[in-house]
Amino acid sequence: MGDKLAEKDFARLDEVLADLGSSKGTLIPVLQKAQDIFGYLPRDVLVHISRKTGVPLSQVFGVVTFYAQFHLEPRGRNIIRSCQGTACHVRGAKGILQEIASCLGLEGDAVTTPDLRFTLETVACIGCCGLAPVLMVNDETHGRLVPDKIKGILDQYK
Amino acid sequence: MEKLARAHVLVCGGTGCSSSGSKLIIPALKEKLEARSMGSEVKVVETGCHGLCEMGPLVIVYPEGVFYVRVKPEDVDEIVENHLVKGRVVERLLYKEPATLDTVPSYDEISFYRKQKRYALANCGHINPESLEEYIGADGYEGLGKALSMKPEEVVEEIKASGLRGRGGGGFPTGLKWQFTRSAVNDKKYVICNADEGDPGAFMDRSVLEGDPHRVLEGMAICGYAVGSDEGYIYCRAEYPLAIKRLRNAIAQAEETGLLGRDILGSGFNFTIHIKEGAGAFVCGEETALMASIEGRRGMPRPRPPFPANSGLWGKPTNINNVETFANVPSIMRDGASYFASQGTETSKGTKVFALTGKINNTGLAEVPMGITMREIIYDIGGGIPDGKKFKAVQIGGPSGGCLPEQLLDLSIDYESLIKAGAMMGSGGLVVMDETTCMVDVARYFLNFTQDESCGKCTPCREGTKRMLEILNRICEGKGTEEDIPLLESLAKSIKAGSLCALGQTAPNPVLSTLNFFRDEYEAHIKEHRCPAGACTALVGYVITEACRGCGLCKKVCPVDAISGEVKSVHAIDQETCIKCGACQAKCPFKAINKG
Repeated sequence: MGDKLAEKDFARLDEVLADLGSSKGTLIPVLQKAQDIFGYLPRDVLVHISRKTGVPLSQVFGVVTFYAQFHLEPRGRNIIRSCQGTACHVRGAKGILQEIASCLGLEGDAVTTPDLRFTLETVACIGCCGLAPVLMVNDETHGRLVPDKIKGILDQYK
Repeated sequence: MEKLARAHVLVCGGTGCSSSGSKLIIPALKEKLEARSMGSEVKVVETGCHGLCEMGPLVIVYPEGVFYVRVKPEDVDEIVENHLVKGRVVERLLYKEPATLDTVPSYDEISFYRKQKRYALANCGHINPESLEEYIGADGYEGLGKALSMKPEEVVEEIKASGLRGRGGGGFPTGLKWQFTRSAVNDKKYVICNADEGDPGAFMDRSVLEGDPHRVLEGMAICGYAVGSDEGYIYCRAEYPLAIKRLRNAIAQAEETGLLGRDILGSGFNFTIHIKEGAGAFVCGEETALMASIEGRRGMPRPRPPFPANSGLWGKPTNINNVETFANVPSIMRDGASYFASQGTETSKGTKVFALTGKINNTGLAEVPMGITMREIIYDIGGGIPDGKKFKAVQIGGPSGGCLPEQLLDLSIDYESLIKAGAMMGSGGLVVMDETTCMVDVARYFLNFTQDESCGKCTPCREGTKRMLEILNRICEGKGTEEDIPLLESLAKSIKAGSLCALGQTAPNPVLSTLNFFRDEYEAHIKEHRCPAGACTALVGYVITEACRGCGLCKKVCPVDAISGEVKSVHAIDQETCIKCGACQAKCPFKAINKG
């Protein structure tokens, strides 16, 4: 997949590295920006960051796989975060998650639709418990969900 | 000078209200007011969270303090025409008490707010969080001014005298922590604000950051002055984009006006604040893990000592407190320690913010004096349990905490009493459960969470939580054995003893606490293969009763075609095919489908 990565994206990454790379403790912000640029963190990008910053690749990989925010695989254009926090759990979050998966036709361990329109994730709590059960699509929060509402919400995102 | 408005319309822009549609109300209001040429008479203000998220979007009209709930953009016309033009309150949008269904016209009379003492949340919902002027208008930065006129040791003493204890969970005396960092000798010290609010079911830090960001900055600056630090970090969850945006805005404003930066208020004291976005790891709420994460490494805890006060971020002395703790500091400095210390109980001073969620009428944030009873919080402030269901338990303290059953509802809440009852204050998340919540499933839920979030460093935590989860899964499926309960207890003991940080040390608490108070539910699952709450899908089945009119709706909605029957005659469910999704029960207009 690495061969499809655009030159201009690497140029943008180099700008980020020039901006942040020299000060201490910047590996995580660099990775966050790199993921904003590429959409995910392919191997070539990690190698590039490691070479430019001098942080060993093993350490970069260790950090990437430690935090839930970083992804080694391509992701959908729209990210759905279905909250499975306590409040959402007792108000039926499991049923919501099942409904989303069935609307998207996701089976087994699949989290991304083949057309890359959606990636479905769970999140432990988005701090919106008053409206449980809730989900986030990108930066928008939808609350007081019932399974019947799901399709209508997903249809808003192309 | 801006013209004084004759009325203010406050629209809640907290995350709760935004997602129920408050973002559409503000432009609609402004447009309507312009159309009526009232744009300069009436000021529309977007505020932070008011706490009563259940009823959002909230709109409050001052000077009267009229409180409108669940407002939709189409209601804007009526509010402007009737209330703002003719002075008539729009009755149908007023709040109704869930218990009596009486309408309540003004903010202060609503039972949700009446028993509260909003101290850390004083400004939340009342000022525009993006305006420094409004914060200063509400006596903001007065505490910092006062602190800078004192000696740093005196500031530490003041905080000690207030009795403030860490609001993030542990309850360590804040003044003492500051003193430790103050006495550490080094050329560089750091102040960190822990805004990695990860406990599922807690969202008070988010509301403070979104609704009153300057208060947190002021608290941190006072701390910096007291401990001798010139640099602070706020470690905030990336899941809180609005909080991060408001913090950035507030920092820029404070720097521009000389309230942060070099030579603050001409005192010679320098203090700058950076924001670090978390990357999604619950364990980073633990202080040593959090610092590792700021340093750009995997967020794994390390043994203490050395404590951060001696060797913290990049090996330098570091004082770390959570958002709510810092939010209490400016008012303590402004009003003096004695006012704060006059609230609460002997050992737990002041107020605490609780997040009320789960099976409760008024979900939202409530700030109450320590020492209040759980019954007052749940019934007087929270408005009781919806749909006439019976209270079963309240879970407090998140994945580290425990459950309190009915018989402990009159317990006075403070740090010590909760520990004694097998729970803990934690960050103050309260999740209320009713008779339809299965306590084994709740324990399993928390174990699933901690198991997932364990960083993997300590074997007892990494492997032990996994084994406990397997056992709980087994019990919920009706495949538990009599040896499972003692096995759970023994694993719990080893995990608590053998883990480095609080995540592992407290991970078994939800299991131990439910075993303590609801052992009969575990036994029903194991011995009778029955889930008393009817929540564990593997142990329940759906049956259609004689009340069935044969409308066929259930048949249509069943995803696996498990329901058969002729029109107008009683239908039946084939238990072999049924996947127990509950769709039929939800759809049945005659309540003819029972779980059993």
